[in-house]
Amino acid sequence: MRINNAGTTGQSRPAGTPPKLSIFSLAARDGNLTRLFVIMVAIFLVMSLARPDIFPTLSNFNSMSVQIPEIGILAIAIMLTMLTGGIDLSVTSTANLCGIVTAIILTALVPPTAAGPQVVFGIAVAVAVAITIGLACGLFNGYLISRVGITPILATLGTLTLYMGIAIAITKGTAMFAVPQFLWLGSGTIVGFVPVPLIIFAALALVFALILNRTAFGFRLYMMGTNATAARFSGINNAHMLVQTYMLSGLLASIAGLIFLARSNSAKADYGSTYILQAILIAVLGGVNPSGGFGKIAGLVMALLSLQFLSSGLSMLLIRYSGSNFLKEFAWGALLIAVMVIDYYSNRRRDRALVEKT
Amino acid sequence: MLKTNEFLVALTIVGLSLVIGLISPAYFTIANLFDLLRSATVTGMLALGVLIVIISGQIDVSFTAITAFSMYVTVKILNAIGFNGTVLVAFLISAPIGLALGLINAAIISRFKLPTLIVTLGTQSLFRGFLLFFIGSNLIRDIPGGMEAFWKANLVTLTTPEGALTHLHSSILLLVAAALVTWFLLKYTMLGRGIYALGGAPEAAERAGFSINGIQMFIYGYVGFLAGIAGVAYGSLNRQADPTRLVGSELDVIAAVVLGGAIITGGRGSVIGTLLGVFLITIVNNSLILMGIPSIWQKVVIGLIIIVGTGLPAYQNRRAVGRLSANLAE
Repeated sequence: MRINNAGTTGQSRPAGTPPKLSIFSLAARDGNLTRLFVIMVAIFLVMSLARPDIFPTLSNFNSMSVQIPEIGILAIAIMLTMLTGGIDLSVTSTANLCGIVTAIILTALVPPTAAGPQVVFGIAVAVAVAITIGLACGLFNGYLISRVGITPILATLGTLTLYMGIAIAITKGTAMFAVPQFLWLGSGTIVGFVPVPLIIFAALALVFALILNRTAFGFRLYMMGTNATAARFSGINNAHMLVQTYMLSGLLASIAGLIFLARSNSAKADYGSTYILQAILIAVLGGVNPSGGFGKIAGLVMALLSLQFLSSGLSMLLIRYSGSNFLKEFAWGALLIAVMVIDYYSNRRRDRALVEKT
Repeated sequence: MLKTNEFLVALTIVGLSLVIGLISPAYFTIANLFDLLRSATVTGMLALGVLIVIISGQIDVSFTAITAFSMYVTVKILNAIGFNGTVLVAFLISAPIGLALGLINAAIISRFKLPTLIVTLGTQSLFRGFLLFFIGSNLIRDIPGGMEAFWKANLVTLTTPEGALTHLHSSILLLVAAALVTWFLLKYTMLGRGIYALGGAPEAAERAGFSINGIQMFIYGYVGFLAGIAGVAYGSLNRQADPTRLVGSELDVIAAVVLGGAIITGGRGSVIGTLLGVFLITIVNNSLILMGIPSIWQKVVIGLIIIVGTGLPAYQNRRAVGRLSANLAE
């Protein structure tokens, strides 16, 4: 098993010391985060040097910042469940189901001619229903895992199929469309150039970083993921924690579904089926341990940015070749394995140094 | 015996078949049976590979990428040299390619002691990306002569009462052979004992003298080998080589294996159970329409089957453990 020290440092800080939010101080505390930071900067520099004309430009940043939020939010969802030692494979199905229901409600409540309060009311109802569905999907996952006792990977494999099935049954397999008034959420900007989805993602990343590092819930989550038995004997209700975690995952999935609907103006039962594996990849690359207990939002964000720089850069370098998407897939796989191998060697070196000291 | 998972799955299959058969007489025909067997062939072979990975307490999600890879490369090679002879040559090319890719998995996993889900997730993306970018992403309809001939190679041809011909494709023999080999291996060889031991308790297996690295080399090599053979069967049965298909269906295969009673944490699973699991999934996939259930509900039914099929044993297990600790406390 991989030895991973990410995540243990943040909690040992004495109470009262203000947290340092700078990326450098984070990186300095944690070897895995340092490596990720170096990788991220290296990819950025290489791509900028290779295509100085188009890579480090505002328009490229804009197009990248459109691609980041959805997958990033799904990756946070999967990360939370991985911290418990589980996994949530049903996030994309949940997101699509929420997107579809939102599209149906919006079409019914907000006609193209609607204005003012009617639009606000319609959107509020649709969003509320979508989030409720997301929470319900997560609740069902959590119930299957904590009460019935199904292994998370199998329970969510079942619900992945089930939720997708419900979405297919509702839509008969066709795409559903949003209304124009809703699209601001997906393609609008704030202060002229910052895309709204990016702000939502940044806010969610910040909120969940705070939840994980600063609240009792986050502390219990890390504890349960590190040693479920010890957590139970220290008075943590593991079943409750699991249900809450999977509900949070469902909530995040529903938000990703809303953004996806608003950006692409359509929702369909089988959109984004490759997102699950990509989201797992981002979380693992970011230092989240799939067997639970370790992982930081900062690592996840850096992994997300690294992969985005890599895939944007590659598609620019290879604009003449067809199928640069496939090269992206190849590069992501290679990067994942390379990072795991580097982790292996550096952890081994650290362990040896520790042994020699003692 | 009545409580074994295999028996429950068999019972489910019989019950489901009776219901479907009552609603639609077309179900209990030789033609439908042949169709079901044909659809189960490739999934079945892949499932047998997944079975031994799961018994060893690990997981492999890269095998669909290996299947697509070895199928497509084999077709490309044979077309390039214009070889139109026996399909055996296709298998002789495809199986070693699959084996080699499986050994790459094994090498990374055993050398660096990394979690298998993550490694095979990475290699899935690696193999698929390499195939589609460096080798090709176009559908090949013009498959080599040997595979074309294999497409027409039927084991049994019968005439239905309506006078139409119905065929049992000979690729079913591959599934039978793979099942027998896997069964023998798990039941009668030291290697098979080692695979169960590794899944039950890795530490104890190592102390007992099993070479963990050797067993892992075998497991992932075997999965790759089966995936390579399944690749030629897949290409031949579909009469085309589509490199973009298959990846994405690995979770279905894993679901079939788990429905068949293999425990995802390792140490338990059987060939019979796996085959039954594959048939159950195939029947549901193919026969809902016969039952008058619109195909849009297919996914809902499969999802429910996975949840109930994994939930029931999990729930019983949990109650048994509860009773045990209650007894101990008394």
